[in-house]
Amino acid sequence: MAQATKPQRAKAEAFAPWQDASTRPLIEFRGVTKRFGTFTAIDDISLDIYAKEFFALLGPSGCGKTTLMRMLGGFETPTEGTILLDGQDVAGVPPNRRATNMMFQSYALFPHLDIAENIAFGLRRAKIPKDQIAARVDEMLKLVQLTPYRSRKPHQVSGGQRQRVALARALARAPKLLLLDEPLGALDKKLRQETQFELMDIQEKTGTTFVIVTHDQEEAMTVASRVAVMDHGKLVQVATPDAIYETPNSTYVADFIGDVNIIEGAATPLGEGRYEIHWAEGATPLIGTTDEALATGAKVYLAIRPEKVAISTENPESRANAVPGTVHDIAYLGNISTYHVELANGAIVKAQTANTHRIARRDITWDDPVWLSWTDTAGVVLTR
Amino acid sequence: MNARRLILIAVPYMWLLALFLVPFLIVLKISLSDTALSIPPYTPTLDLSQGWEGLKAFWAELDFENFIFLTEDDLYWKAYLSSLKIAALSTCITLLVGYPIAYGMARADESWRPTLLMLVILPFWTSFLIRVYAWIGILSGEGYLNQFLMSLGIIGEPLTILNTNTAVYIGIVYTYLPFMILPIYATLEKMDDSLLEAAEDLGCSRISAFWLVTVPLSKSGIIAGCFLVFIPTIGEFVIPSLLGGSQTLMIGKVLWEEFFSNRDWPVASAVAVILLLILVIPIILFQRNEQKQREAEG
Amino acid sequence: MNRFSWFNATSLTLGFAFLYLPMVILVIYSFNESKLVTVWAGFSTRWYGELLQNDAFLDAAWVTLRVAVFSSTLATVLGTMAAYVLVRAGRFPGRTLFSGMIYAPLVMPEVITGLSLLLLFIGIGLDRGILTIVLAHTTFSMCYVSVVVSSRLVSFDRSLEEAALDLGATPFDAFRLVTLPIIAPAVISGWLLAFTLSLDDLVIASFTSGPSSTTLPIKIFSAVRLGVSPEINALSTILIGIVTIGVITASLVSKRAVIRRQREEQAAFQT
Repeated sequence: MAQATKPQRAKAEAFAPWQDASTRPLIEFRGVTKRFGTFTAIDDISLDIYAKEFFALLGPSGCGKTTLMRMLGGFETPTEGTILLDGQDVAGVPPNRRATNMMFQSYALFPHLDIAENIAFGLRRAKIPKDQIAARVDEMLKLVQLTPYRSRKPHQVSGGQRQRVALARALARAPKLLLLDEPLGALDKKLRQETQFELMDIQEKTGTTFVIVTHDQEEAMTVASRVAVMDHGKLVQVATPDAIYETPNSTYVADFIGDVNIIEGAATPLGEGRYEIHWAEGATPLIGTTDEALATGAKVYLAIRPEKVAISTENPESRANAVPGTVHDIAYLGNISTYHVELANGAIVKAQTANTHRIARRDITWDDPVWLSWTDTAGVVLTR
Repeated sequence: MNARRLILIAVPYMWLLALFLVPFLIVLKISLSDTALSIPPYTPTLDLSQGWEGLKAFWAELDFENFIFLTEDDLYWKAYLSSLKIAALSTCITLLVGYPIAYGMARADESWRPTLLMLVILPFWTSFLIRVYAWIGILSGEGYLNQFLMSLGIIGEPLTILNTNTAVYIGIVYTYLPFMILPIYATLEKMDDSLLEAAEDLGCSRISAFWLVTVPLSKSGIIAGCFLVFIPTIGEFVIPSLLGGSQTLMIGKVLWEEFFSNRDWPVASAVAVILLLILVIPIILFQRNEQKQREAEG
Repeated sequence: MNRFSWFNATSLTLGFAFLYLPMVILVIYSFNESKLVTVWAGFSTRWYGELLQNDAFLDAAWVTLRVAVFSSTLATVLGTMAAYVLVRAGRFPGRTLFSGMIYAPLVMPEVITGLSLLLLFIGIGLDRGILTIVLAHTTFSMCYVSVVVSSRLVSFDRSLEEAALDLGATPFDAFRLVTLPIIAPAVISGWLLAFTLSLDDLVIASFTSGPSSTTLPIKIFSAVRLGVSPEINALSTILIGIVTIGVITASLVSKRAVIRRQREEQAAFQT
């Protein structure tokens, strides 16, 4: 494939096989449904995942993301529909015959084997000559920087090291597809952030396709080339992280990814994709944009990220949208401050400012009357 | 508070010293004494009224005669060896019977497990004697098993099972089965299912995943279960005396007969002392296994 | 993934059949009219009637019951103390010997325990009777009680006791008001265990009983040595019935307690 030969640093711009109709996906879900008794865990999902992607399945617990991944590993079979791996239907292929490997949420490290033996476990099953196994184990230990710990038992290493053993063990067989079930869930925040970059690094080095399941939107945004947001067994949106963040297709996605203000109202078209949104009795209508054609009076939601809302003591005439309110609460987080502003109709809108100066300007404080403002393209007009 | 602590420690301590350690020392002492036709039927008896001289005379008369006697009469050697053999073989059979049951329980639906567990524990609360007794009616010449097999036409003549070693094996496996099942079930139940999934994901078939993951991880349960069957079986008395025959040699039975029938207390005591010495090794191994398990669980 | 296969179902069915069939047969044949135990001659409760007429059995049952109540109560008190000492008393001279003496009776062959206690009782000139059986049973069942109670004490959150002390309770109050209620289930199951062990014991009782204090197991054993008897079948059925009802009741009570607790916790979360 053309993408593979390009320098890795250029990947962010160049790697987009999903836009190229001639590329054959590595994984194809075709109308897959999974029911457990009367409960529908996966509801008629069709999805393509391409080779060398770092694909994230994101959603709250119980949304079906883990089930979707376990079907790839062979641990669940679809009730309806087919799954193709590299063009082959994988129905009926047991986990031990699949070219996929999984990194379990609990890591599932064998407690009776030491770290090197854990990594060698899958290789031994593959009837590879002994010296090759030893070489491969050494290589994997080096990849995850665990060479000094090779003869320790899993309970004798730290949580972060266990996570790396699980990764090395799953990668040792050089799978076409690596499945990661909440791989960083058990780590503390700082370690998780470091490990995210390690994961990306290892994914690039090995060129393996990764599918990761996570409920942590920041994690999905950081590591993934594309994110699929799931809810109640359905895919809500599948797109690149920036598209998911800047142009969510629903209030569900907007709300799940990051912080957002949602203002409900009725739309009036102004032409060229611009709409007036009437959101409160007697208040100046807000201006927003969308590609969708909306009828007059259609119910819409204006979603605006807090960092795109400016706060000031006077009305900034230059901006498309400006609403007055009073400061209800201020959350100081060090690098940023979030102002919770109460509007005339009682709604709370959040505005975020970066604290670029060390000494905070305290010219806005509790109960102050303020103005919130944003441009006409800052918010997204959503219909659901 | 210190007086209270002292009482708290002293009361159970004194009780155990008086009713466990002292009796055992008496056994040790009598095992070194000589048989006599008196009451009590051994000499010397310690007479403290004679003071220091009495004590010295007492010491002087103790010897290992009874232990030498045990080595000379091959009945005892055979009884010890046969006890060990019966205990070892029945432990293996109990493991083979018990493991699949424990495995089935651990793999059963979670809502079923407490009931299954109760069903395993229930016989444990039922009288041991009655559970052994139940087999007499089944295994005897005109018993239910022979009736059943003859009515099916599998056998023409009744089988002789009762009063043989086979009946002893059946009795041991039956009564000690819960002791095997429970520790194995405990280790299997704790096992994370994702370990098996990981083994399959890494290329194991279900059967090789069982041998490579399930069995090694239930090792401590297997060891504990085996010792829990093996140790008490060696000194077992009820089962060989009710189900076994005249040729069934087990040391618990020998000790009982030596004491009640022959009234040879010094020899019975010597038999007991050797039995304990034999048991010390498996008991220490068992303790070590338990210790290791506790450490592994952190 | 469902791993419960036909293999598991078969092994469970066969296993439980093996465990229960002998007892079921025993119960069924206790209602047999015939004196020949293995030949079915119609339903009858005749042998239950005869059993109730048999004074020797009733006397033995009465002795057994008294021994069991006394020894299990004494064993529970001593065993709980011993458990507390093992888990909480810290270091004291002879601690290793103490814990050794707690665990040793668990693995000691009954014939040895019985023999040694008998020799003790003879040595100090104590007449064999109910008292000697109670002493013997207390000694070995207190060790079982202390194992049951200490496993509960180990998992017990020590800060609860410390909180009681912090709030002004004396150590004894802390034990009585905090520790004891929390370990109560273990103490109760320890008592039940001691009670059953005492009811069940043949070997130690044979050594330590006198002519006037024959217990039920001794009586059953001497009857059973002569072969199967319909009266013993009836007696066994009664004993099996009592144990079954006891165990099922206990498990239902504890199950209800768990369910109620879960429900209360859920309710607390929702408010």
